[in-house]
Amino acid sequence: MALKERINLPGEARTWYGELPVQSLYTAGDAGDRFLKTLKEKDQFMGSPCTACGEVYVPPKLYCEKCMAELKDWIKVGPDGALESWTEVHVGLDGKRLAQAQLVGLIRLDGATTSMVHLLAGAEPNDLCIGMRMTPVMKPAAKREGAITDILHFRPK
Amino acid sequence: MGNRVAIVGVGMTKFVRRALETGKELSWLASKMALDSCGMTMDQIGCVALGTAPDTFDGVHMKGEYLSDGAGCWGKPYMRSYVGGGTGVFSVAQGWYHVASGMFDTCLVVCEEKMSTFQPHAQAAFLTIFDHTTERPLKPNLLWIFALEMNRYMTAYGLKKEDIARVAVKNKNNALDHPAAQIAAPVTIEDVLNSEVLAWPVQRLDVSPVSDGAVAVILANESVARRVTDKPVWIEGCGWALDTAYWTNRDLCYSRCVEEAARMAYKMAGVTDPRHQIHVAEPYDPFDYKELQHLEGLMLCGRGEAAQLTADGVTARDGELPVCPSGGLLGVGNPIAAAGLMKVAELFWQLRGEAGKRQIARKATRGVAQAWGDLMQVGTVVVLGV
Amino acid sequence: MAKPKAQSPKSEVQSPKSAPAAPPYHPIAHGLSDDDFKHGKVCTTRWTADARYAWDRGVAIGRYLDGLKQGKLLGVRCAKCARIMIPPRAFCEWCFKPVDGWVELEDTGVVNTFSLCYVTWDVKRVKEPQVPAVIEIDGASRGMGIMHLLGGVDPKKVFCGMKVKAVWKPAAEREGAITDILYWKPL
Repeated sequence: MALKERINLPGEARTWYGELPVQSLYTAGDAGDRFLKTLKEKDQFMGSPCTACGEVYVPPKLYCEKCMAELKDWIKVGPDGALESWTEVHVGLDGKRLAQAQLVGLIRLDGATTSMVHLLAGAEPNDLCIGMRMTPVMKPAAKREGAITDILHFRPK
Repeated sequence: MGNRVAIVGVGMTKFVRRALETGKELSWLASKMALDSCGMTMDQIGCVALGTAPDTFDGVHMKGEYLSDGAGCWGKPYMRSYVGGGTGVFSVAQGWYHVASGMFDTCLVVCEEKMSTFQPHAQAAFLTIFDHTTERPLKPNLLWIFALEMNRYMTAYGLKKEDIARVAVKNKNNALDHPAAQIAAPVTIEDVLNSEVLAWPVQRLDVSPVSDGAVAVILANESVARRVTDKPVWIEGCGWALDTAYWTNRDLCYSRCVEEAARMAYKMAGVTDPRHQIHVAEPYDPFDYKELQHLEGLMLCGRGEAAQLTADGVTARDGELPVCPSGGLLGVGNPIAAAGLMKVAELFWQLRGEAGKRQIARKATRGVAQAWGDLMQVGTVVVLGV
Repeated sequence: MAKPKAQSPKSEVQSPKSAPAAPPYHPIAHGLSDDDFKHGKVCTTRWTADARYAWDRGVAIGRYLDGLKQGKLLGVRCAKCARIMIPPRAFCEWCFKPVDGWVELEDTGVVNTFSLCYVTWDVKRVKEPQVPAVIEIDGASRGMGIMHLLGGVDPKKVFCGMKVKAVWKPAAEREGAITDILYWKPL
């Protein structure tokens, strides 16, 4: 009686091992592509304002998520900004303790109404406070690849 | 049953092999076009029904939430539905009961897929639909299921490959008139029969492609519909049903779940004689033989008769029962969930007489769109009418 | 069949600069080519999921696998609908009740359907086709099949309705897996 059967010996409860072979190649998208290329080639952060809703999205978007209007005008923002929040991470993705704790922050660039997440460095946790001024540290121009990691991290200004 | 619900606007992106746009951006392009098509704005939308297939394709976990900003979900009640390949048509049913219940006046239905993200080929994503213990160790391939079904179907009814290739020829040629089509081509039966063998009897031109794309439609109750358009297309019925999850225990020549879904939708629509009361059909055609199986499941012909119907030209655009006048998945493309909704969009244009070069010859006031999927076991059906 | 449209204005489909003659009139989405990726014309990110699982075998499949290790195919029986089912399950999905017992089935069956597959699961071409099949197992109810591979036969000679028999791994090498059956050969 299958459902009424019980596994009484722990050795009988066995598992089957496997994995999901998933590899992904993401495009940055229409807006993302322009944002990353401008950052890579011109050291310039851009944002997309929606005048109707009063938002300036950074990273920029093709559209305003509130009113769904197309965002055609792009404006320069940053590069400096304010620290909106931060945390010190001690545990890695695999659940193990990190050898070196990692600082992560939410940064709102000057001129933006939205925040972006990035790594922090050049500061001790005790030195950080919400609202403090931050500035990006970029990869050398030759090593940039059009990715969000072209920004190495943000540090206190 | 419930309040009357109409489709009042539609929008769709081009279907392409690989899009520059992210899934969010594709969703927005389709949503925006749907809003513009009926002169509506987001503040007139009550809720959002989002349909999108496995997270594995886009490589984004909780893809519904990820796509939400592009689909107009900000600050709105939102729900994602997912029944595999059946999603595109099911999402209309989901939007329908949001509005039919009286809870919302309007609903934006958005379906998106960005399959190109999966590397090296989206097909490998399907390995994980097979049972992990009793099937996956055999290293199965999605083509196996389709090839096994197709062989069974051909064997049961004594059909030849060319009987089935006619569907691919019809649909790929129909798609030549679809501005969003990915693989429209003026192919012939010989082209199909000479194309590369993937998993016999399945050859390259028997199969729909991997695609990126999005489609959106706007549903409204009667009072809103009458205000925003003088040509509402009513959702007269919808249905969905599942077969057993053990696909090797199923009758592989016949989609029982499609029949059950169709019976549910027809009953709601008051359709008692589908062969005469349905004037145009958009059945799910990820593979050419599936269109035939689904025509039979939809009870638009007897079992094993769909191939003859196709050979006789009945299902051509100028035939008595035009089938996949859009070009279907075989011609327009197959971004899973979006492909199903594309079929609903096509009926919208056909029933309003706005399909331009694709307009079917006969007069049509009622059509059926159908999709199929999950573990090859779900049927989803929507009946539309004017 | 649709009328041949060899002369159809394909160029119009590909470059809809003038308004197309059918809806949707302005579908957008920028298609990318392999070149765009190779030469870094678009910004991309790559990621490989590390998704590893340990699935519990469960009661019914656990015993099925134990049977395979002993060289037996086990099915289950439901007294209410009188079906003998394989793969085994703990409950009958028709009657929605626990099944009523185990049945040892034959290791022979009939090919319900088959395919000659020239593409592997990860989309690589192979010269010699694999022959996946749904095999209805002798001793189970009609239509009760499992998916497996055929072997020891010229692929061109396989047909629906062919009687086949399991070719097992040597007993010492079996591990309680569906692959304890190497393939099915004509009986």
